[in-house]
Amino acid sequence: MYNFEYLNPTSLEEVSEVLAHSDGETVLLAGGTDLLDRLKEHLLRPRQVVNLKNVRELYTIERNEGLTIGALVTIADLAADAYIQENYPALSQAARSIATPQIRNMGTVGGNLAQRPRCWYFRGVEYRCLKKGGRKCYAVEGLNKYHAIMGGGPCYIVHPSDLAPVLIAYGARVTISGANGTREIPLEQFFQLPAKDLKKENVLNENEMITRITLPPQPENTYSLYLKFKELESHDFAVVSVAVVLHTRKKRITDASLVLGGVAPIPWKIPEAGALLKGKELTEPAIQAVAEQSVKGSDPLPQNGYKVHLTRNLVRRALTEIQQQL
Amino acid sequence: MSKWKPLEKMKILGKKYPRIDGAEKVTGRARYTYDQFKEGMLYGAILGSRYPAAKIVKIDDSMVWSLPGVKAVLTDVHPTGRVRYVGEEIAAVAATTPEILGEALRLFRVEYEKLPFTLYLEEAMKDEAPRVFPRRSNVNKPRIREEGNVEQGFAQAEVVLEDTFRTQVQIQTPLESHGSMVYWDGDELIIYDSTQAVHGVREGIAKMLDMPLHKVRVICHHMGGGFGSKLQPGIYTVIAARLAKQANAPVRLMLDRQLEFLTTGNRPDSLSRIKMGAKRDGTITAFFAKTYGTAGIGNGAGVRLPIVYSIPNVRHEHHDVYTNAGAARPFRAPGCPQASFAMEQMMDEMAEKLGMDPLQFRLKNDSNPTRQKEWMIGAERFGWHRRKVTPASDPGPIKRGMGLGASIWWPGGRGTKASMKIYSDGSVEVFCGTQDLGTGTRTHIAAVAAEELGLELKQIKVHIGDSNYPRSGASGGSTTSPSVAPAIKNTAEKARQELGKILAEHWNVSPEAIIFSDGYVIASGEAKQRLSWKEACGLLETDVLEVHGEWSEGLSSSGVAGCQFAEVEVDTDTGKIRVLRIVAVADCGLILDRLTTESQVNGGIIQGISYALFEERLFDPQTGAMVNPNFETYKIVGTMETPEIEVILFDEPERGVIGIGEPPTIPTSGAIANAVYNAIGVRIKSLPMTPDKVLQALANQKA
Ligand SMILES: Cc1cc2nc3c(=O)[nH]c(=O)nc-3n(C[C@H](O)[C@H](O)[C@H](O)COP(=O)(O)OP(=O)(O)OC[C@H]3O[C@@H](n4cnc5c(N)ncnc54)[C@H](O)[C@@H]3O)c2cc1C
Repeated sequence: MYNFEYLNPTSLEEVSEVLAHSDGETVLLAGGTDLLDRLKEHLLRPRQVVNLKNVRELYTIERNEGLTIGALVTIADLAADAYIQENYPALSQAARSIATPQIRNMGTVGGNLAQRPRCWYFRGVEYRCLKKGGRKCYAVEGLNKYHAIMGGGPCYIVHPSDLAPVLIAYGARVTISGANGTREIPLEQFFQLPAKDLKKENVLNENEMITRITLPPQPENTYSLYLKFKELESHDFAVVSVAVVLHTRKKRITDASLVLGGVAPIPWKIPEAGALLKGKELTEPAIQAVAEQSVKGSDPLPQNGYKVHLTRNLVRRALTEIQQQL
Repeated sequence: MSKWKPLEKMKILGKKYPRIDGAEKVTGRARYTYDQFKEGMLYGAILGSRYPAAKIVKIDDSMVWSLPGVKAVLTDVHPTGRVRYVGEEIAAVAATTPEILGEALRLFRVEYEKLPFTLYLEEAMKDEAPRVFPRRSNVNKPRIREEGNVEQGFAQAEVVLEDTFRTQVQIQTPLESHGSMVYWDGDELIIYDSTQAVHGVREGIAKMLDMPLHKVRVICHHMGGGFGSKLQPGIYTVIAARLAKQANAPVRLMLDRQLEFLTTGNRPDSLSRIKMGAKRDGTITAFFAKTYGTAGIGNGAGVRLPIVYSIPNVRHEHHDVYTNAGAARPFRAPGCPQASFAMEQMMDEMAEKLGMDPLQFRLKNDSNPTRQKEWMIGAERFGWHRRKVTPASDPGPIKRGMGLGASIWWPGGRGTKASMKIYSDGSVEVFCGTQDLGTGTRTHIAAVAAEELGLELKQIKVHIGDSNYPRSGASGGSTTSPSVAPAIKNTAEKARQELGKILAEHWNVSPEAIIFSDGYVIASGEAKQRLSWKEACGLLETDVLEVHGEWSEGLSSSGVAGCQFAEVEVDTDTGKIRVLRIVAVADCGLILDRLTTESQVNGGIIQGISYALFEERLFDPQTGAMVNPNFETYKIVGTMETPEIEVILFDEPERGVIGIGEPPTIPTSGAIANAVYNAIGVRIKSLPMTPDKVLQALANQKA
């Protein structure tokens, strides 16, 4: 690890102050479960590391019409929150599916959304890949079993967050603040494809941070589910995951949201799912149609064709599970 | 020397008792090589080659020296300057803190002349593949095993089957990486090493540094696993010794996880093309195998085929193949899991073709009388009769299946020496230059000595893991217990006789009348005298009773048999295999401690599941670097993947002590593969059996 300056602001204002003077060599530290690994692997060489953990105002889970979750809320606290279990059960499921108890105790919501990809070429210092300013994506001709089957190119990472697909499915918005003030955008628009910007996975600028996530209230008769497929149950990232939120009235679907994890460089929304299901009952043919739609346009690499089958099957399974609850 | 007493008369051996160093380990007081510290100690690290094949033109270390805290640097670590795999040692550095090392390693300016390389078995076998050694073909000359006459055997066969199986490279991955803490005491070198062979390392390092044996001392009190990869002296130890000399300070050099994955051994992969013939009555008549395996730049990638079953006519040709990868090292039952994965599936395919139950087919071709009994015991306990006859007959996407496999090993004993001291206050010390690689050797030594002297375990102080103690061999090949236990027994018996003589004189009875039991020394017969152990030892006054003993024939034996039954669940939507249950029958002679014995069987099975379903070294074809040299992406079975395991110890105490560490890992992958076939009706013929392969196989079957 290289030496750096370590800052300990205690309020959002102080953080903004620091960020205002950042010169692209400042990084934010939350739980450190991702950042410390990258520092130890010499993947980045910041001049300053800004510890956010003393900013108390970022720790709250606040019930209002919907729910506001501070960026520093840990994944463990999220998983344990009774109100979330009751009202946003898929979010609890996603939180519980993440990593190990130790990492859930340290890792935060903000860090989970802003974490960098797990692609083994990105994480290995020996590969100067596109994301690190190099000239090729090593996954294309290399080992790509876990890489993107949709939305890839020229870089084929998948977004590693389990919270993101669920939050997007529930219609979450993210609040971003920085030296130039505060903005709030749909979380869906927070993430961006490599085709747009190779160097980062989201729209955060150098001098900005996530302060909170806001979830809209869910109407009565909302059904939601997060289904994550991992190779190792003990701790693993998603190979493919499915977040579904259905709003229903008298068994008919009034609104549907389907977001996939593990398949694309960003949480991958299937916008057609809404149109396919709206006004209908969740029947076998409807489920089948959505499952097929979810893999339409997929473009697998030589070693990850199985993820297409996997995605289709998981979508079918997720919807079938909900069908049984209806 | 006398035989073991009958099991009924044993007070300790054959029972369950906890490890004598268990509390020390779980409370963190046990000091591993990683924990060794000496005043002024520096931290060392090795720079590995960045490329899989290259000439080192120049190594410039000037920038390294400019970093504050750097105290020693070596740039002449590699003997020839021609590197053949990523991670091969080329330079080293020692510094005052471990944090400095990462940066220091990045400051070496190395000029390489890159050369072409080859990484995978089947590619390295092609004529046009770059050669790993310029003057040698990548494909080594065959080693041939021939029994009977295969042509005739196949002529007698009524059914002939051919198939091909592949297994992956697996890494030993001990939790404590390889490494040493060394310091010079004048011209003597003291080495704390994480090793399976304190004496072997002393001999090896003395040779490598051209030093007399008595000036090198190797110590290993506790070690965090090795699985065969820590049997030999390490280059890292030589490097640490040289850094320590240069800096005139102690140096601790433990490999980081990446170098651990790349440079400290592995289980070679395999490609097995098999042809097997049988008669309609189920008798196998012939077996032909052509196998290949790569041990990287090393040799020893043999596949032990045919394994377990008796076949009269056999021909097996094996070729080791060189690739640009670190050399293989022994790994829990070398050559056997690869063979078993192929063999057990071949057996099931043949049984199916013949319309026989897989168990019946095995009973017919298994000439081992012990295993004949074990098959029946295991089948009964497992409920083999509940296995579905038609594969893939479960409704719904999640399907269950059952399979089985067999194990074999040759874990005999060999020369080990030991000594014992008994003091006048009754305290007892045993010294033996063996080591405890986590199997419980320290505990077993206390148990054997206590049993012999009629004492309790806690009354014996055991000293092991030091080359100053009487010589014992490496802890490998499941030989430790059958080597060490007899030596300890003989030593303790000698001590008993010596003490017996003193007491006989004291009571004026014949030495034969003296009995050691339950903490007392008793004169049997008419004299009816009795002293507590402590009082008896008091007769030594200021003297210390010291005896030496060694291993002898008749207290241990070799040759074990075992079998395993597996039940799995396969999710045909996701391709995931979940092992639900394993029943293992293991044969193990005289059991020293039931707990550590069961623990060896459990461990072998868990590692076998990991081999079957998860572990795989993956090289990037473009750079020759390993993409998964860490515990995130090199996947290893975890607690959630560990099924219910039932261990049945089939002990035959009259055979003496036999090792048990290796055989239980052999049949697990084959038993699981057979269970998967039974569940889904498709065979997975390559390891690890990951979801992508299962989904692909299911898709192919549909097409
Ligand atoms: C072994 C392992 C297994 C894992 N498994 C999973 C898994 O299954 N599913 C999953 O979703 N994740 C998984 N993770 C990732 C883990 O969830 C994230 O590392 C964690 O959530 C990150 O949170 P943190 O607070 O530790 O972030 P840090 O490591 O502190 O930061 C991560 C990144 O986010 C930036 N950052 C942090 N907070 C903010 C903020 N408020 N605003 C802007 N930027 C910020 C940092 O600068 C840094 O670049 C795993 C991680 C490990 C190490």
